[in-house]
Amino acid sequence: MALDQIVDGLSEVSCDVLVIGGGTAGPMAALKAKLKNPKANVVLLEKANVKRSGAISMGMDGLNNAVIPGYATPEQYTKEITIANDGIVDQKAVYKYAQNCYSIIEELDSFGIRFLKNENGDYAVKKVHHIGTYVLPMPNGETVKKALYRQLRRARILISNRYMATRLLKSADGRIAGAVSVNTRTAEMLVIKAKAVILCMGAAGRLGLPTSGYMFGTYENAANSGDGYAMAYHAGAALANLECFQINPLIKDYNGPACAYVAGPFGAYTANNEGSRFIECDYWSGQMMLEFYNELLSGKGPVFLQLKHLHPDTISEIESTLHKVERPTRGLFQQGRGVDYRSESIEMHISEIGFCSGHSASGVFVDDNARTTVPGLYAAGDMASVPHNYMLGAFTNGSVAGIDAMEFADSHDFAEFDVADVAVERDRVMAPTKREDGIPPNQIEYKTRRLVNDYLQPPKVTRKYELGMRRLAEAREDMQERMIARNAHELLRALEVQSIMDCADMAAHASLYREESRWGLYHWRTDFPEKDNENWFCHTLLSKRDGKMTSEKRAVEPYVVPIADDEKDLYDKQRIRATA
Amino acid sequence: MPLASFQTSVPVVVDDAKCIADKGCTVCVDVCPLDVLRISDMTNKAYMAYDECWYCMPCEADCPTGAVTVNIPYLLR
Repeated sequence: MALDQIVDGLSEVSCDVLVIGGGTAGPMAALKAKLKNPKANVVLLEKANVKRSGAISMGMDGLNNAVIPGYATPEQYTKEITIANDGIVDQKAVYKYAQNCYSIIEELDSFGIRFLKNENGDYAVKKVHHIGTYVLPMPNGETVKKALYRQLRRARILISNRYMATRLLKSADGRIAGAVSVNTRTAEMLVIKAKAVILCMGAAGRLGLPTSGYMFGTYENAANSGDGYAMAYHAGAALANLECFQINPLIKDYNGPACAYVAGPFGAYTANNEGSRFIECDYWSGQMMLEFYNELLSGKGPVFLQLKHLHPDTISEIESTLHKVERPTRGLFQQGRGVDYRSESIEMHISEIGFCSGHSASGVFVDDNARTTVPGLYAAGDMASVPHNYMLGAFTNGSVAGIDAMEFADSHDFAEFDVADVAVERDRVMAPTKREDGIPPNQIEYKTRRLVNDYLQPPKVTRKYELGMRRLAEAREDMQERMIARNAHELLRALEVQSIMDCADMAAHASLYREESRWGLYHWRTDFPEKDNENWFCHTLLSKRDGKMTSEKRAVEPYVVPIADDEKDLYDKQRIRATA
Repeated sequence: MPLASFQTSVPVVVDDAKCIADKGCTVCVDVCPLDVLRISDMTNKAYMAYDECWYCMPCEADCPTGAVTVNIPYLLR
């Protein structure tokens, strides 16, 4: 039978711990859960194929937040991230990450993943951040996925590729009971009963539309359509600080980083059209992005990554990392444009908006044990709320989630869900396949994401948001009443559009709730242009209550690492001051 | 409402002479994160069925015969 033909079917399996998402955090969570209790069943469910899924599909060119003894301390790192994230940080989870991440680096090293070392055999850590030194290059970072996959096979993790999870199941008393999923090539449905579930489903990266207009030319892996955010929301879990958008500096049109983290330590820097530096520090923060945005619009744009002043050997070294590891088509792109780093600067731009705690702070709310607000439900990686946690954070917090989830599964029996919930979900999933006529998913997606760009991307204007929400509600009605899917692949896209629509609504709702400006460009409200610590020095938690989207404040936990008054605004002073 | 098909120049190109999908190979179809590659019923060779590419390159990197080439999608080239 031909691939993509729709098959009517529903089956049920069960496991102790279900991990959804096989990118970065997911494999580590599954591995740690299985090692914690080798007799237990651990299922790793993946929408694509674990061999090549997620943000590190082809690899990663470095660790951006390695806390390595001799170079940085957990206290220093916790302080840096607290300041970079404008103080809105529950430090316990960040501090725990900072304490654990070195042992994870050693473990990854033992898996065969190599990190840059100096002639003495020590890790060759570089400085990119404002205060501390945490960037560790991975010149052969293309091996990451293969090395992880070997570990999963060795531990006998049950891997189910090409299944997209669509909704979580809960018991009447609110405990997690499993998930509903659909095969992306046959549309057959699979219910997975589980004692604990870990969501590792990546960023909401297909939210804004890239300036190129190519729908899949997003900064994040375009498979990361925010399904985890939508599922957590519909399961009643709280989502934190969604108004703290992700916006990144990128190669203009290419939508991959230029990348200052790789090139900066060698002496490259971000410059304006006059060849002058205008930001103090290339570490990605909202404050830095605001200066970047201002420079682009100031008449001093475009903005460039400047490296032609470096020695040709140095440029070759940077080039080989940039063009070989994380996004190898970067080289192909520059070649097509005729850009040679030896003679020309790299034109940069800013990305579309998204949710991602990996770079900013918008994620499903978790505590320092990766627990969400739903008992038995965990989250890790780009979609969980530990801020600025990048790839190493996904591994480290994935590890925390795996161990804690297995402890939970060992001490609980299966929770019972209502079979009627499965029937309702099956109807929702299959609805686009039941219509004879209608609008294809790609048009609904394009329109939704165009509206996100037109109305939701910063600067955030209340009136624009109100209009945007009206337009999005119209698109939602089309999506719910008229969208068609003619085969299983189109159904996959139709389900992704529903996640994207939910994320657009959450982005709008969360942004209107926080009536101040914070995190630089990420949450710049023109109607409330100032930071308001008196009223808004807090998290915001968004959740679904009685079927409605609601937001509330949550106090920032007392700091573990104190921040002195004169340190609090270090990241606010990003612009290089003009000298006479 | 009737639907029209939309012309698009696809970024992933497969060299039929090198492709061994007709011998049972499905590597590129298996690894694609966006699941856009298929084996043609007519030629029994791999091809890009959906223009939804992240130009990430596992298809090209993992192809055992070097038959797959990833190009930058025209809109951002």
